[in-house]
Amino acid sequence: MRNRTAQFVMAAGMIALNVTTWSPSALADAATDEIAKYREMLADGNPSELVAAQGEELWKVKRGTKNATLEQCDLGLGPGVIKGASAQLPRYFKDTGRVQDLETRLMTCMETLQGIDTKELNKTKWGKGEMEKMEALVAYVVTESNGHKINVDMRPAQMKKMYELGKMAFFYRGGAMDFSCATCHGQPDKRIRLQDLPDLREHKGAAAGWGSWPAYRVSNGQFWTMQHRLNDCYRQQRFPEPIYGSDVTIALSVYLAANGNGGPVLTPGLKR
Amino acid sequence: MKKMITIAAILAVTPLAWAADDALYADFKAMMDASFRSKGIVDKYRMYQLDFQKACSQDKDPSAKVMQAIEAEQLKTIRYPADGQYFGDWKQGEKIATSGKGLTWKDKTPHNNGGGCYNCHQLSHHEIAYGTIGTSLLEYGKQRGNSDEVVKYTWGKIYNAKAFNACSRMPRNGDAEILTEQQMKHLMAYLFDPNSPVNKK
Ligand code: HEC
Ligand code: HEC
Repeated sequence: MRNRTAQFVMAAGMIALNVTTWSPSALADAATDEIAKYREMLADGNPSELVAAQGEELWKVKRGTKNATLEQCDLGLGPGVIKGASAQLPRYFKDTGRVQDLETRLMTCMETLQGIDTKELNKTKWGKGEMEKMEALVAYVVTESNGHKINVDMRPAQMKKMYELGKMAFFYRGGAMDFSCATCHGQPDKRIRLQDLPDLREHKGAAAGWGSWPAYRVSNGQFWTMQHRLNDCYRQQRFPEPIYGSDVTIALSVYLAANGNGGPVLTPGLKR
Repeated sequence: MKKMITIAAILAVTPLAWAADDALYADFKAMMDASFRSKGIVDKYRMYQLDFQKACSQDKDPSAKVMQAIEAEQLKTIRYPADGQYFGDWKQGEKIATSGKGLTWKDKTPHNNGGGCYNCHQLSHHEIAYGTIGTSLLEYGKQRGNSDEVVKYTWGKIYNAKAFNACSRMPRNGDAEILTEQQMKHLMAYLFDPNSPVNKK
């Protein structure tokens, strides 16, 4: 594992170097190529493996006031079934009466099975304390859906409604810069500076965007959950902060996952 | 504030496609209201919409009539330089065009922002890290000249892009107090000065 990480850091260095020495005209394309190359290089070693391994351990550790593990957690495919589970999330859960994404469903399991107060998560920084644990659990669970297909069940009326709400949220403009998600993700083949922006209204873009998150981010060496991805996009949108696990984040997730339905799940992804 | 009232009147007689389902829209508003909180310099109220933002919150533009009404109202917000001086220093303009910082909850103050022009526009001959959400502005001054009309239009576009395209993706740099008048003058010089790398190879 350590070796891989070292290799990885070196690769990041190489890119930085290349960016400063290459001829300007070739740079835009080259940078994209380079990232592709470097994904290839890491094909057998995504740095999130380390995080996922921590999550697997944590899954089996007795915690909370009930001193229990998460091994009986029902992510939608029955208690304890992890394989393929996150490929089918978000989903409508009868027991909670809510549409839940992976993170809010894990919160439910922590509360009901372990007696952990998940309100703490709301006050915790990314990568710290309970949030770090959540991230590890997410990395573990999504690794078990790698290679599956996005397969969200859109039949329940609750899912259909969440989709409509998510679509409204996607086009909702506001804030100091009048931005919505669609400002950046509502046209094909656009980019911001050098970063390609997927068109999340369409199947292709949504499948690529949704299906490759959660992901390890090379630029800062952090593992990001989907909640974190959405949180940072709202930051760039100059909005106030979406509350962790709030309905707007679930609604947007349903919108993205349903648009991407059938596409490949490549999680944990590897990102710039 | 006055501009909101007139637009509201027009919008009231031209209901939005998705506002047709009032119950769903009420649920949507409640969801949004419950989902956000203030953080750093970004107060929660920032998520509540101005009328034109609401009218532009669909995949397609609103009707031509609504667009024209919005543009007419936004045009009134534009303040042209009182001293008649439109141009600052292009070198400073370049820095402002390159910086995309400002107005997020990580920023310390709402008063020291970049223009983020390169996020969306190609501008100069040497900067290749440009976005494509906006049109290319390469050789802007060289190609359009500097007639009063072009200069005034460009100032207006930077000040409030919605005056010329109601649902433009471009922010209202002057009207929304993203940039100062002085910063906009620097950007004008960057676009028009013959020695600026926008116009000179
Ligand atoms: C001001 C620009 C901007 C806005 C507004 C914005 N995003 Fe993003 N988004 C980005 C950028 C830039 C990336 C590229 C990822 C990165 O930071 O490396 C991205 C990445 C993403 C991704 C991952 C795509 C991928 O292929 O990895 C998703 C999903 C996403 N955004 C969803 C949203 C949603 C939903 C909203 C609205 C709540 C939104 N974005 C608003 C700029 C924006
Ligand atoms: C988020 C995207 C975005 C940002 C940021 C942005 N623009 Fe634009 N801009 C656009 C789009 C899109 C257009 C095309 C017309 C329209 O839709 O309003 C445009 C048009 C223009 C035009 C008019 C071009 C013409 O042919 O008439 C000028 C001038 C301009 N932008 C300057 C700037 C400057 C200077 C900045 C930085 C302070 C800036 N823009 C920031 C998106 C953006």
